[in-house]
Amino acid sequence: MWWNRTFVPLLLALLTLPCAASDGGFGWVDVVLLRTHNTWVVVLSTAVLGVASGAVGSFLLLRKRSLMGDALSHATLPGIGIAFAVMTAAGGDAKSLPGLLLGATVSGVLGLLVMLGIGRTTRLRDDVAMGLVLSVFFGLGVAVLGMVQRLPDAAGLESFIYGKPASIVLDDFRWIVALAVIVTVVSILLFKEFKLLCFDDGFASSQGWPVLALDILLLGMVTAVTVIGLQAVGLILIIAFLITPPAAARFWTDHLPTMAFLSALIGGVSGWLGASISALTPDLPAGGVIVVVAAAVFLVSMFCAPARGVLGRWLRHARLRHKIGRQHLLRGAYEILEADQSRPGAPDNHAFPRAELQGKRTWTPHELGRILRREARRGHIEDLPGSRLRLTEEGFGEAARITRNHRLWEMYLVTHADIAPSHVDRDADMVEHVLEAELVQRLEAALRKQGAWVPQPRSPHRI
Amino acid sequence: MKTLIRNMSPRGDAAGEDLSGHPSDIPLAVHDLTVAYHRKPVIWDVDLDIPEGKLVGIVGPNGAGKSTLMKACLDLIPKTSGEVAIYGKSYRSQRRMVGYVPQRESVDWDFPVSALDVVAMGTYRQLGWLRPVGRRQKEQAMDALEQVGIGHLAKRQIRQLSGGQQQRVFLARALAQDAKVYFMDEPFAAVDAATEEAIVKLLRTLNERGKTCLVVHHDLATVSSYFDWLVLLNMRVVASGPTKEVFTAANLEKTYGGHLSLIDDALRALRNVVE
Repeated sequence: MWWNRTFVPLLLALLTLPCAASDGGFGWVDVVLLRTHNTWVVVLSTAVLGVASGAVGSFLLLRKRSLMGDALSHATLPGIGIAFAVMTAAGGDAKSLPGLLLGATVSGVLGLLVMLGIGRTTRLRDDVAMGLVLSVFFGLGVAVLGMVQRLPDAAGLESFIYGKPASIVLDDFRWIVALAVIVTVVSILLFKEFKLLCFDDGFASSQGWPVLALDILLLGMVTAVTVIGLQAVGLILIIAFLITPPAAARFWTDHLPTMAFLSALIGGVSGWLGASISALTPDLPAGGVIVVVAAAVFLVSMFCAPARGVLGRWLRHARLRHKIGRQHLLRGAYEILEADQSRPGAPDNHAFPRAELQGKRTWTPHELGRILRREARRGHIEDLPGSRLRLTEEGFGEAARITRNHRLWEMYLVTHADIAPSHVDRDADMVEHVLEAELVQRLEAALRKQGAWVPQPRSPHRI
Repeated sequence: MKTLIRNMSPRGDAAGEDLSGHPSDIPLAVHDLTVAYHRKPVIWDVDLDIPEGKLVGIVGPNGAGKSTLMKACLDLIPKTSGEVAIYGKSYRSQRRMVGYVPQRESVDWDFPVSALDVVAMGTYRQLGWLRPVGRRQKEQAMDALEQVGIGHLAKRQIRQLSGGQQQRVFLARALAQDAKVYFMDEPFAAVDAATEEAIVKLLRTLNERGKTCLVVHHDLATVSSYFDWLVLLNMRVVASGPTKEVFTAANLEKTYGGHLSLIDDALRALRNVVE
């Protein structure tokens, strides 16, 4: 797969950058480029976390399990409190990260199993199961944290709720990178399996793929990302880190590997930038900043992405609307000229009153005025004194061509698609505006074969 | 652990139990099958023997359990009781022989994959775990797309296909599996005339190659021209056999007009009493 080839070197580059970094002053550039020792651990672990969550988040999003990820992350809280209590009782380092993370994992998995269990054994819907697990486990976690608060050394435990990347030390960093790399590698290795699971679980199951086991593995990876993200962004905001990058990436592409790669990239960059900004301004909590950066990328993607973005779609829509308005105007004008009884034979170009065009369709005078101005700018029509209009030479040619297309299409519908002539105008209208030259030629050929060919066909219905 | 491995095996090539009493030359044998959702039976005591090489229509009113029957045969939903044998063995050990075409509405067509990607999914089982789709699988998928007449749309994102074209993509995916028995859930639902023609042509081709196709269908007008074997289903099997023998007014009334005919019978009885 091509993105394996791009992705792995990128990850390696990320990891080797700090080695090349040298001690220097403490400035914006230094932080972003990881030149200060205190921050490179923080910034880099957040970036690596972003890459992993972006990759696994793509599948979570496509599996339509985003909210399940949210419930899962909330369910880790009681485990953290209990693990802390157990480790204090055992007399070890009560805040050892692997221990706390183990607790978080156990209670996260427990929450997940409860969720799946409720879904499979009762008739309650999935959203109910998620809501229950999310609130109950979180409530339980808050209660447990309250209880262990009296134990010595408990200060700072609540930073897992909102995240506090400054607390990440080198030891934590190793854990974070190891798990992030495992998650990323597994999502690359099982790319095909997860793709099938997310697209069509019924078919996957009929082929013998263990759908439940794959689902559990996917959610297990989400748990891993949640757990290593606890320090950086906290358990409330981690879901934004899982959903926002793939949602943003989806706007840019219809190709799943590209989407997953982009998503990992967006996750990594927002983690990197967010943590850097937060490190530079002590009052800004990192979790929030990271999410805001990711959201900014999402907003830009939502509006500006050419394929699926809002602006692109709006522009295409507006262009089509303009085109339709223009074609209606020219055809209306042509039909007026054609209907002029005082000049028999083929229609010729002469001035006609604007009111006649106004009566042709149900457009407001304002609308008509706007379309007329646009056409005047294109040099297709002239506004003459006394509320009269005249097509230019070019406009007349264009109008004849458009009318011809419209009638060809109408005749095709009548002869081939068996549509009543009285209904044909509306149906023809929908298609003719998008007729390409090649399709027009095929229409002509079809009608010629039918013996229904005429250079400028007459309308099959009364105009 | 052994069962776990067998359950996890996508190839389904671990030997499954030999179901007693089911001949191995019968593509689909259903015995005493009952399926219930939340204690309410959907299909009841279904017995079926489908001979090899037939085009089989499964016909019945809405809610008759046609899709349920299919899903239960493919182990997609749990059976309350009864057994299903594919060529004499359980489905789990015979997956290789079965191609499945789900209902088109069962997936999200706004998924970021191309038509060719979807068809290539039919080859995943022979690929097995971890191995990515290679040139051979792509060729196989392309070949399947050509067979349903939309080879030129291979690169198209699936959202940009018409309903009929999407249906053909699903058929092509089953073709890429190269199975012996095909289960198709409403392939004719809401497709254009060209697609309907293409599907019929495909069914005939498969039939000529000796494949067995089971097709959930709901258009009575085309039943006798499309299928040479017919299963009439309404919770139970009303009739199963060659279309010529089974497709009769009496059987159809039993399938579709159960309640109506009961009332008719009662009225008739009443009239007899009065007269």
